[in-house]
Amino acid sequence: MARNVLVLAEIRNGALRPVSFECIAAGRTVAEGGTVTAALIGEGAGFADDLIHRGADKVVTVTGDGLESYTPDGWVGALQSVCLELKPDVVFLGHTGIGRDLAPRFAMRNTAGMVSDVTDLKLEGDQILFTRPVYAGKAFVTQIVKQGLIVATIRPNNLAALPVDSVRSGNVSEMAAPALDLRTVIKEIVRNTAGGVDLTSAKIVVSGGRGVKSAEGFKPLRELAVVLGAAVGASRAAADAGYCDYAMQVGQTGKTVTPDLYIACGISGAIQHLAGMSASKVIVAINKDPEAPIFKVADYGIVGDLFEVVPLLTQEFKTLLGR
Amino acid sequence: MEILVLLKQTFDTEAKVTVKDGRILDDDATLVINPYDEYAVEEGLKLREAGGGTVTVVSVGGDRVEEALRRALAMGADEAALIEAPAGADEFTTASLLAAWARGKQFDIVLAGNVSVDTGAGQTALRFAEAMNLPHAAAALKLEVAGNKATVHRDAEGDTEVVEVPLPALITAQQGLNEPRYPSVPGIMKAKRKSIARVGAAELGVDAPARTEVTSVFQAQQNRRNTIIKGSPAEQAKQLTELLRGEAKVI
Ligand SMILES: Cc1cc2nc3c(=O)[nH]c(=O)nc-3n(C[C@H](O)[C@H](O)[C@H](O)COP(=O)(O)OP(=O)(O)OC[C@H]3O[C@@H](n4cnc5c(N)ncnc54)[C@H](O)[C@@H]3O)c2cc1C
Repeated sequence: MARNVLVLAEIRNGALRPVSFECIAAGRTVAEGGTVTAALIGEGAGFADDLIHRGADKVVTVTGDGLESYTPDGWVGALQSVCLELKPDVVFLGHTGIGRDLAPRFAMRNTAGMVSDVTDLKLEGDQILFTRPVYAGKAFVTQIVKQGLIVATIRPNNLAALPVDSVRSGNVSEMAAPALDLRTVIKEIVRNTAGGVDLTSAKIVVSGGRGVKSAEGFKPLRELAVVLGAAVGASRAAADAGYCDYAMQVGQTGKTVTPDLYIACGISGAIQHLAGMSASKVIVAINKDPEAPIFKVADYGIVGDLFEVVPLLTQEFKTLLGR
Repeated sequence: MEILVLLKQTFDTEAKVTVKDGRILDDDATLVINPYDEYAVEEGLKLREAGGGTVTVVSVGGDRVEEALRRALAMGADEAALIEAPAGADEFTTASLLAAWARGKQFDIVLAGNVSVDTGAGQTALRFAEAMNLPHAAAALKLEVAGNKATVHRDAEGDTEVVEVPLPALITAQQGLNEPRYPSVPGIMKAKRKSIARVGAAELGVDAPARTEVTSVFQAQQNRRNTIIKGSPAEQAKQLTELLRGEAKVI
């Protein structure tokens, strides 16, 4: 069953987000002969080739007043214009800050069914079968959209992107969005992000909790992260205590990460924290308390003082990786 | 100021989740107000305390949801309504019912949780805003209302966006917005005497059959190795690196 797929591609800090490539790959899986079109809103015409090399057939860039930065009215309106033009059967977005904010409104505007935070998908007969976590990752459901337009947000780092094919070519077009009344106005953006490796797409995450005890206490974790090419995350308690930025928070209220390796240092393993990392492929816990719940979800546990263990681990990895 | 809070009853997050015969066993589970919705209730009460008006809480669900609404009343909400949930309702259905109920009523601000901790979908409140043609600001960490506009500090993947939105608008609450109060004893007594308006789905004349269907439910696979590495810190560090490379193959 051929399906036309529309993917909202996102740019962050001057680069396409990996989840956009993952959405295109998902689009290819379900297109079955249909067309996969990636839409870029506001900026990014220069990224069209990258999207095509990752599997998109077409790229459409949408420009218009006030579309340079995200606002719900502006971007829902812009995506809707593309949708009216292309009449897709399926729309995929990343389960990112923007995707989460935009997709439900967009789905409602089209009286469409939507599946949020998809971690896997496959074709079954005439249906796309989506898998998603519920109850903070304690269970999973499979879900279908029964009729009409299908909208889904895809959790970053779960579906494989297609390899770069630099000889692929495709059609790139431009579209002007109609003038829209932007009711929600952005006054200011306070960047709390320290830069470095993007947490949600990192292959390895080293996280610290209240057990790191101070902002200074994150230093050994950062050193380990540098050796591993990892991103640094944190628990809510560490952010609340001011040891690090909220941008680093992993969990239900913070970011959801699904790296190959998650190293939790001085984190007890509260359910709200697990909600953000329990789908990681391999979990390591370093904690002084042998009874800490984090050990129940860990593949490898070290009962000990993180300030002793982490620097030794950094040394071992330096030797192993020759860095 | 007329304040509406959209509220969902959920599992207590600490509860054990068991899947049996393709469904989640919830008959004996402790049910609570979805924590993010509780922040919304608290924020509504604070707005009323600052500027007067009423706080109405509304939910879509079964009989047990009365408990959650009763708790919101005990916290201080003025009125509550419970809309019966049709079988198989999804976010599209729920948002459509809420919108049909709210249409024609006057609200200056609508508050809701950013996400519910059971399904984690985060759709209903934003769908409601769309259905009502209200602007929205999601994941609020701070809310200030002055005249007919709200200034919201919102969480955008860890960055803070300061946005201004004209009222009426929908604002969803992120953790950090406030600390919900506990119901007081007089509050609990007062709530007992209040009636909760029951609304049948048919009364609203909404035809919004679910667009989605859950086809299976399964327990998360917890095939964790649970290996505790023994020895001196130096031995532990060495063993761990070797296991991560040799056994887990992630390095
Ligand atoms: C609605 C809601 C949403 C929430 N969202 C999130 C969220 O998104 N993310 C999140 O993380 N939390 C969230 N929480 C908070 C969560 O419930 C926990 O409070 C929090 O995760 C605890 O953080 P922690 O593990 O760092 O701290 P603690 O629970 O205090 O644990 C610290 C751990 O460090 C260990 N330790 C101390 N010193 C050392 C040392 N020298 N070496 C090794 N180990 C040491 C201790 O044994 C302990 O296990 C939320 C809560 C609510 C109610």
